[in-house]
Amino acid sequence: MDKSAAAYWKATLSLIRNVLIVWFLVSLFAGILIAPMLNNISLGGYPLGFWFAQQGAIYVFIACIFYYAKKMGEIDREFDVHEE
Amino acid sequence: MDNLTLMTYLFVGGSFALYIGIAVWARAGSTKDFYVAGGGVHPVTNGMATAADWMSAASFISMAGLISNMGYGGGLFLMGWTGGYVLLAMLLAPYLRKFGKFTVPHFIGDRYYSNSARAVAVLCLLVASIVYVIGQMTGVGVTFSRFLGVTNEMGIYIGMGIVFAYAVFGGMKGITYTQVAQYCVLISAYTVPAIFISLQLTGNPLPQLGLGSTLVGSDVHLLTRLNEVVVDLGFNEYTTSLPGSTLNMFVYTVSLMIGTAGLPHVIIRFFTVPKVADARASAGWALVFIAILYTTAPAVAAMAKYNLHATVNHAVATGGDLYAEDASLRYEDRPDWMQRWERTGLLRWEDKNNDGRIQFYGPRAGAKAEAAGWAGNELTVNADIIVLANPEIALLPNWVIALVAAGGVAAALSTAAGLLLAISSAVSHDLVKSVFVPDLSEKGELLVGKISMAFAIVLAGWLGLNPPGFAAGTVALAFGIAACSLFPAIMMGIFSKTMNKEGAIAGMLIGLSVTLFYVFAHRGIMFIPGTAYVEKMGLSPNFFFGITPEAFGAIGALVNFAVAFAVMKMTAPAPDHIQHMVEDVRVPRGAGGAVAH
Repeated sequence: MDKSAAAYWKATLSLIRNVLIVWFLVSLFAGILIAPMLNNISLGGYPLGFWFAQQGAIYVFIACIFYYAKKMGEIDREFDVHEE
Repeated sequence: MDNLTLMTYLFVGGSFALYIGIAVWARAGSTKDFYVAGGGVHPVTNGMATAADWMSAASFISMAGLISNMGYGGGLFLMGWTGGYVLLAMLLAPYLRKFGKFTVPHFIGDRYYSNSARAVAVLCLLVASIVYVIGQMTGVGVTFSRFLGVTNEMGIYIGMGIVFAYAVFGGMKGITYTQVAQYCVLISAYTVPAIFISLQLTGNPLPQLGLGSTLVGSDVHLLTRLNEVVVDLGFNEYTTSLPGSTLNMFVYTVSLMIGTAGLPHVIIRFFTVPKVADARASAGWALVFIAILYTTAPAVAAMAKYNLHATVNHAVATGGDLYAEDASLRYEDRPDWMQRWERTGLLRWEDKNNDGRIQFYGPRAGAKAEAAGWAGNELTVNADIIVLANPEIALLPNWVIALVAAGGVAAALSTAAGLLLAISSAVSHDLVKSVFVPDLSEKGELLVGKISMAFAIVLAGWLGLNPPGFAAGTVALAFGIAACSLFPAIMMGIFSKTMNKEGAIAGMLIGLSVTLFYVFAHRGIMFIPGTAYVEKMGLSPNFFFGITPEAFGAIGALVNFAVAFAVMKMTAPAPDHIQHMVEDVRVPRGAGGAVAH
């Protein structure tokens, strides 16, 4: 397969794009734009939209960064550009 | 000396001794130690230090109070200040670490092959950092004056002395390890009272779960009961109240997110880890440590609000009629903590209907309040006291109250130190050495760095003593300024190979000008009271689609991007060697330690 710098950059950008989609969905989308609708559902004593804005988004952000760090490590090795 | 005062001296004094001890132990020997701690800090340690650096007096003292007042809308601080770390981890940190220079202006100067670009970046950095640091010095003043019984001015002088001691002598190496200690102090100070309160109210020791639980001895959820109470008392419903409009909340959140990623004292943190891969993981660890406080804050906010209402109105806990005559607390029966805070002027009561009772209610109570013979809300509570007074409201032991005081001071000092370091390195490294005295020795540079840090401390202290008529919104404005100027320039430097110096400089200057124009229009020129010109120009407040000045940074950033690309199209693209440099920065292999030149 193509191991050029351009292909490496393309793989990086597509990972960043995917993580940013999740990042957007849990915070700006679920926590703000559709929060009033989600508030009709409850999670324990939390209205769901309120939960995303004040709790859920933060948990997913942490997962996003570690997922990104792990995947980037894999991409680095696949394209043989990782650090020694 | 009473028991509480003694405890406070013990906790605050003990933590200071610890910080100064660490600073002396980890003295900086070289410029590299001074700026980036020798580039050898473990990612988890670095994450913890970043968290302390990041969580300022605003996070520790003000945020829960703001959420308590704003309800659901307060989530914009939670999402904005944490979501920025995702952007930082993916878009900036690893690439800046690979680039391997000490400062943000240094990157911008090299990437845009221009000392003018570097000077513009120094300007943006100084504006953002100084606006930010004022809020910290004010925070130190508030905490000391309340807990040590000294005046606000004295509190700020003490704070200046402490910051000076460890920031000037220790540099980044001292700061990194001191901040680890400060993180431990501030996080226990924040979570211990929250756990107690969550147990008292809901029986669940985890505040994150307690907030979603039922109240002790009933099957009604805490948030449901809180909503009932505040709506009945004429406030906005807690779980749905918006700051302005949905659009404003959206833009405000985006501003805080990209401002977080663009704040130089946070970015600089990622130059201290050994490898590119560590820079990515370190952002994740930083967010873990930050999240412990940030997911606790909404519980603190809602529970403090509930406790405050329950204190002044007996019917909140019993479920009776809130408007019954004997439901309101008699002024003479008020608890000690209310008396103590009344003395600071941050909590005020005015008996409007002369019944000797405290009526605390909102603007929408209308006829119900009139029928009960209430003549207007009588209690004013400053948002900044919620966290500091929280353990007192819940009647927790004195050592917890003393611990919170130590935590508040730790939060303000750690952030002030990080900011001062960013300011001093920008002045000594990016201005004096690169522009005025290029053959400055390493020793000379270190000296200039320390002198400029001392100047910055005096300036920050002076600004803290002479607050130009604003405090709470200050920190949010610093984010807007970082968002509109530095973030786009750094991001384009990595993600666009052809972006040239003309585009970047025009983008930064116009992004910053547009944002400052909007902010000054509402808050006064250089924040001087009475110089706001929004009405003089025949415009209504928040004239840009109802967006508040604190939220405007995202719009400024859009302008920055648009101007930069338009100017780039009209001028020559970046030269080949710069494009090669960008290609090199995008690949992790070959990252050495951070170097000065």
